[in-house]
Amino acid sequence: MAKRQTIRLNVNGISYERAVEPRMLLVDFIRHELGLKGTHIGCEQGICGACTVILNGESVNSCLLLAIQADGADILTVEGLSDGEQLSRLQMAFWEHHGLQCGFCTPGFLMTAHDIVNSSLLVEEGEEVRRLLSGNLCRCTGYQTIVAAVSEVLRQRREKPSNDKR
Amino acid sequence: MKPAEFDYFAPTTVEEAVSLLAEHGDHAKIIAGGQSLIPLLNFRLACPRILIDINRIESLSYITESGEGLCIGALTRHRTIEHSPLVQAKCPVLSYAARFIGHLAIRNRGTFGGSLAHADPAAEFPLVVAALGGRTLVRGASGERVLDPEEFFVSYLTTALEPSELLIQAWVPTLAERTGWGFREQALLEGTFALVAVCALITLDHQGVCSDARIALGGAVPAPVRAIKAEECLQGERPTEKLLSEAARHVALVAEPVSDVHASSEYRRAMAEVYARRALKDAYARACRAR
Repeated sequence: MAKRQTIRLNVNGISYERAVEPRMLLVDFIRHELGLKGTHIGCEQGICGACTVILNGESVNSCLLLAIQADGADILTVEGLSDGEQLSRLQMAFWEHHGLQCGFCTPGFLMTAHDIVNSSLLVEEGEEVRRLLSGNLCRCTGYQTIVAAVSEVLRQRREKPSNDKR
Repeated sequence: MKPAEFDYFAPTTVEEAVSLLAEHGDHAKIIAGGQSLIPLLNFRLACPRILIDINRIESLSYITESGEGLCIGALTRHRTIEHSPLVQAKCPVLSYAARFIGHLAIRNRGTFGGSLAHADPAAEFPLVVAALGGRTLVRGASGERVLDPEEFFVSYLTTALEPSELLIQAWVPTLAERTGWGFREQALLEGTFALVAVCALITLDHQGVCSDARIALGGAVPAPVRAIKAEECLQGERPTEKLLSEAARHVALVAEPVSDVHASSEYRRAMAEVYARRALKDAYARACRAR
């Protein structure tokens, strides 16, 4: 067996140190080593987006990264969006717009949306949001409400910018 | 665990990476963004014994002006190229083409060099580099080589890179004055692989006569290829709708389409012509505006 190597990384503000086999995927590390089951496993080939997390500020498919590649990284998963008391603006918007049905795709959509609304890119509501969300699949096909939720947060941020990055 | 076992190295310098390649060569695989390689590892379609991760080589991530062009480091991410003001100003077709690559998360991680070295015939960057006549710089233990696209892209998923060589950067020329560009791609869904893609560049002289044309086809070919006859039919002529359509017919003739579950070969060839015509019209319209 290939030798385990020790990695140190920060997930949702908590530092972890673990020995991993080089072939362990980041998504499996997050779920099985850290027990954070909010990040879902779907296609394992970068099509469905269910495993999306934020790596050093940008959305990535955690099924297309090795855990060892995240050595030294800052990671945000869906568990880190809320402070445990209050939902984030994005989560509230999903709730208000009924932006989920079965909920399987929701963590991935939230993390991609987090990248979209927090990036420095000027994103227009509507078509541009659809294009940027195209890496996430919702098999309940509830896209309209998800696009509406993300568009609303973009609108809020434009009208009332704040430092609240959640 | 989905991937088979491998030993993992994460060099921090090009020299270190090249010496690891010299040592392990055939048994080793370079991983950059990993957005094509990791699915292959997950399916065990690829089972390299050694994985050399170049993500820690920060010196491979850059976009700089060089001569009449841009040097883009192999580790530069798609998202960086898509939004780079320098690329948008000097070689806008490259940042535009980046929008078509996969999805946001894939563009955040995927790299310019990885796209070229993987050489998927449906990929956007190889097509644009082929159309522009960009030059790749590769380095092995015995030195460096500079390769034209016709040398670098050999066939389906195959380049001229030796197992012991690392792709360092590609140089792409700045678009000349009075040059217009067009990039059109047909895919079944946003972000999925192109059935056909066409990159066209048209340069006009002060009289509105085409002084240079470059047209390349991706998708329905084993590797991106220039449509020389299409270019010749425009050179020295004043482009008209009829002439652009004739050039597009020549583009379809260089296609080598296959049939699969997504589309028949006839359909792909027909679409090569349609998308070539659209790309040529875009290029001509932009060239007219740039005069």
